[in-house]
Amino acid sequence: MGALAHEAHGHHGTHDHHDHHEEGFVSKYIFSQDHKMIGKQYLMTATFMGVVAMLLSTLFRIQLAWPGESSDFLSMFLGETWAPGGVLKENMYLGLVTIHGTIMVFFLLTGGLSGTFSNILIPLQIGARDMASGFLNMLSYWMFFLSSTIMMISLFVETGPAMAGWTIYPPLSALPQAVEGSGLGMTLWLTSMAIFIASSLLGSLNYIVTVLNLRTKGMKMTRMPLTVWAFLITAVLGVLSFPVLLSAALLLLMDRGLGTSFYLSDIIVGGEMLENHGGSPLLFQHLFWFLGHPEVYIVLLPALGLSSEIISTNSRKPIFGYRAMIGSMLAIGFLSFIVWAHHMFITGMNPFLGSVFVFTTLLIAIPSAVKVFNYLTTLWRGSLVLTPAMLFAIGLVSTFITGGVTGIILADAALDIAIHDTMFVVAHFHVVMGLSAVFGMFAGVYHWFPKMYGRMLNTRLGYAHFWLTIVAGYGVFFPMHFVGIAGAPRRYYDYSVYNEFDSNAFEMIMDLNVVITIFSIVGAIGQGLFLFNLFYSIYRGPKAVQNPWRSSTLEWTTPVEHMHGNWPGELPEVHRWPYDYSKPGQEEDFVSQIVPLAEGELEDH
Amino acid sequence: MSFKLITLVVIVLGVVALAQLVRVYELSSKLRNRREEDITNRDNRLNGGLMVTFMILLYLSFIYLVCEYGWTGRGDAASVHGQSTDWLLNLNLIIITIVFFLTNTLLFVFSYKYVRKPGVKAFFYPHNNKLEMIWTVVPAIVLAVIIILGLKSWNEITADSGKEAIRIELFSKQFDWTARYSGEDNKLGYFDYKLTTQANELALITSETLDSAILYMEHGNTDGTVMGIDLLEEKLNNPKNIFIPEEREKMEADLDRKTRLLRLLYQMRSRHDKKRDAIAYNDIIQKDTLHLMVNKDYELTFRAKDVIHSAYFPHLRAQMNTVPGLTTRLKMQPNVTTKEMRERMNNPKFNYVLMCNKICGGAHYKMKMIVVVDTPEQYKAWLKSKTTFKDEFLKKPEVVAAPTTETMAPADSTKVAVK
Repeated sequence: MGALAHEAHGHHGTHDHHDHHEEGFVSKYIFSQDHKMIGKQYLMTATFMGVVAMLLSTLFRIQLAWPGESSDFLSMFLGETWAPGGVLKENMYLGLVTIHGTIMVFFLLTGGLSGTFSNILIPLQIGARDMASGFLNMLSYWMFFLSSTIMMISLFVETGPAMAGWTIYPPLSALPQAVEGSGLGMTLWLTSMAIFIASSLLGSLNYIVTVLNLRTKGMKMTRMPLTVWAFLITAVLGVLSFPVLLSAALLLLMDRGLGTSFYLSDIIVGGEMLENHGGSPLLFQHLFWFLGHPEVYIVLLPALGLSSEIISTNSRKPIFGYRAMIGSMLAIGFLSFIVWAHHMFITGMNPFLGSVFVFTTLLIAIPSAVKVFNYLTTLWRGSLVLTPAMLFAIGLVSTFITGGVTGIILADAALDIAIHDTMFVVAHFHVVMGLSAVFGMFAGVYHWFPKMYGRMLNTRLGYAHFWLTIVAGYGVFFPMHFVGIAGAPRRYYDYSVYNEFDSNAFEMIMDLNVVITIFSIVGAIGQGLFLFNLFYSIYRGPKAVQNPWRSSTLEWTTPVEHMHGNWPGELPEVHRWPYDYSKPGQEEDFVSQIVPLAEGELEDH
Repeated sequence: MSFKLITLVVIVLGVVALAQLVRVYELSSKLRNRREEDITNRDNRLNGGLMVTFMILLYLSFIYLVCEYGWTGRGDAASVHGQSTDWLLNLNLIIITIVFFLTNTLLFVFSYKYVRKPGVKAFFYPHNNKLEMIWTVVPAIVLAVIIILGLKSWNEITADSGKEAIRIELFSKQFDWTARYSGEDNKLGYFDYKLTTQANELALITSETLDSAILYMEHGNTDGTVMGIDLLEEKLNNPKNIFIPEEREKMEADLDRKTRLLRLLYQMRSRHDKKRDAIAYNDIIQKDTLHLMVNKDYELTFRAKDVIHSAYFPHLRAQMNTVPGLTTRLKMQPNVTTKEMRERMNNPKFNYVLMCNKICGGAHYKMKMIVVVDTPEQYKAWLKSKTTFKDEFLKKPEVVAAPTTETMAPADSTKVAVK
């Protein structure tokens, strides 16, 4: 029944109003300034980085489940240098953990998620021909590519990659004498991140300018899809917080190379008494988390924006509380800047400061709760079409809840004392930030794949992928909460040490670690389905129609074939908000934003 | 090699098989004239049903995990504040478990119940201010309770400890812990990292340690692994020695650093007040286990030698990072002896532990210290056999290398090697 309806809404203009000159291979596929191509480049780079980071996690999960046992898998990837006899080396374990975290947080979920979808969706959904600056946009991608390359190279240097955790707290990250990865590996890490930050800033500035200036006629701020709102707020967070990380990294580079003492004081390492005096390692933590916490929302907000759009479209209902959704995203964005020190309750920071941060942190639960209940009400009495994208969006809401509630415990300083830096924390942020953002990203890929590649992903494989992913995701991180609440510290190479003082805990941790690892392997294999589906469908998937999901936003009014400038002829004019689904009095169960209000029709939201 | 080959073959075959399956699927879709974006009612219902099935399995596994593992590794809190935070933790866990069940149930049941049905149109419901007010205010009230209880507890835990609290310092380095008991005066001796020598690992300040630190800086140690200023100068100034440039640069830098540090040590010695020696003299330094008395207040201070570590007592529910250049602290009162806890846990080999909980290098996971909570009698008996810092240090004073040549005058801090 759908096929006829959406044909009716398309522009059928095949004639091209633009001076469409033939583009060469290089300017079309490599140094492209077209936002759609750049978005796809981001997606591909991030997919590659994501696969690497997932593989790294599988490697260290094998060590955790079967410590000290020889593994062909480990020796295949790490060789004799880092896994002599198939047993992972202690230092490389830390290296794997560090790079896994770095890639996942920055390269997959910041560069990949925000980079891909901001690029593809912002101009299409606000009715712009392209980003405000195509050149800066291209520069942003290529700096991202360069920083990805440097991060990958760091895996192959002789002394190993950075090994100080993805938070790279000095002095550990400043002193090669303390751990070998803090030599060249850390230098490469810092260089890569500095370039990454520049890339992110160029991208974010571009997104902000585009959203503020290039909206088409009638596209008021309150008529923008929630995706665009999410990208806008994300970009603002990035612009305000990433420079602080850059400064932290620069000061660290100076401490490492120029003999300054920003973070170092009274240290004796490797038998050498350092002269550095007066610096504070806590300064780094403040600077790091001033980015680090907004970063969580830089990762999460785009995922929430994508899922808002997908849930509304596939519930055939307007998103419930559009303005409240915007308000809660703004509130989350604002609060994210005044909560950073909740990562530092037990670092020796003044406890009074800690109590202030308890207060601000727990406040974030309020806008988060509003978002969750708004999602639930959107589903309520909807007419749900469970596409793979919709399943992932629902999965996101579930993990957002499950991971969100454990945050309430960690934000409470008094409770944080006993579970700080345990596997409970790891489980918490993997569910709320990892799973949610990854689900959001998958949802986005499944939903907007027709827009990106003009073809359809295979739905059945999508279903299989979703169910494997959510089962494996919960299978990995649910038991991990219990390992953590038992007090098992994170970043431990081998939990067998428990056997020396608490054999009951030892058995429990070992049992659960095996369960977790098996699920993580299942999950990793499950991603194979996605990769296959992605690459197969790019080339051989069935051709897409213009508006496959019967959606009312602007991107589905563009032709399936990509063209420079997005719309042939005039830019569309917008007359209503983007969520007129199942509006009473309308024939169709969706009304595109470009359809003028009928006489007497209210723009009701 | 064969493993790699087999893996490769399996992957290739898997991809080929998947491609064939997808081809078959596509052909059958084409035959039935079904487009990829049209989700059939059957698929919809199937996934809706799976949603609820998944929810039930999730809940069952949650309940199983709670019953089977909920309290295994954690055990009862063994400190006074730990018991109150455990109460608070349980309260919070109950609240979040309710929220978890409630919202997840709504989510999964809705996704099952409201799956598209032929003829049923979605309900156009863009907003409702009253509802939104409810789910802003209700969480706010619950959070207010959580915040108030949490901050009350936090303020108590982090408050200053009383004068009678027993002072112990925990010194951390890669990859072990050292405890320093304050001795009879219940005062910990002063320290400065520049005084660190082999015999004075904790860098306590006394007249003797100042002297030996200066000697150490000037002459290095006996086995020649650490060169003193005199030896460095001699080597650098001896025309017979030929160094590769990097080596020479390194030695010169080392010499410069040592002369600067030495100057500071001389200044420190000239300002030193001998009356302070006594505070350090009766400190007791122990590496193997940390002994605590039951039902006594403790004021623990923490230091780090090289990188950040974290002193984590999981059973005592206490944790504090140790930071180079900064002394951190916490207070606590253990109230269950090791013996009692072993009985409660029904595990005669159980021990409290102090673990490192901040990534600090390769052997991070091995960095721990057994903690024993004694009755006062046991504690006193244990303490009796321990020697004070004064006895330890003065008995085997610093092993410092003798000046390398007879003619060499004691190193002058202002003299720099001829370059």
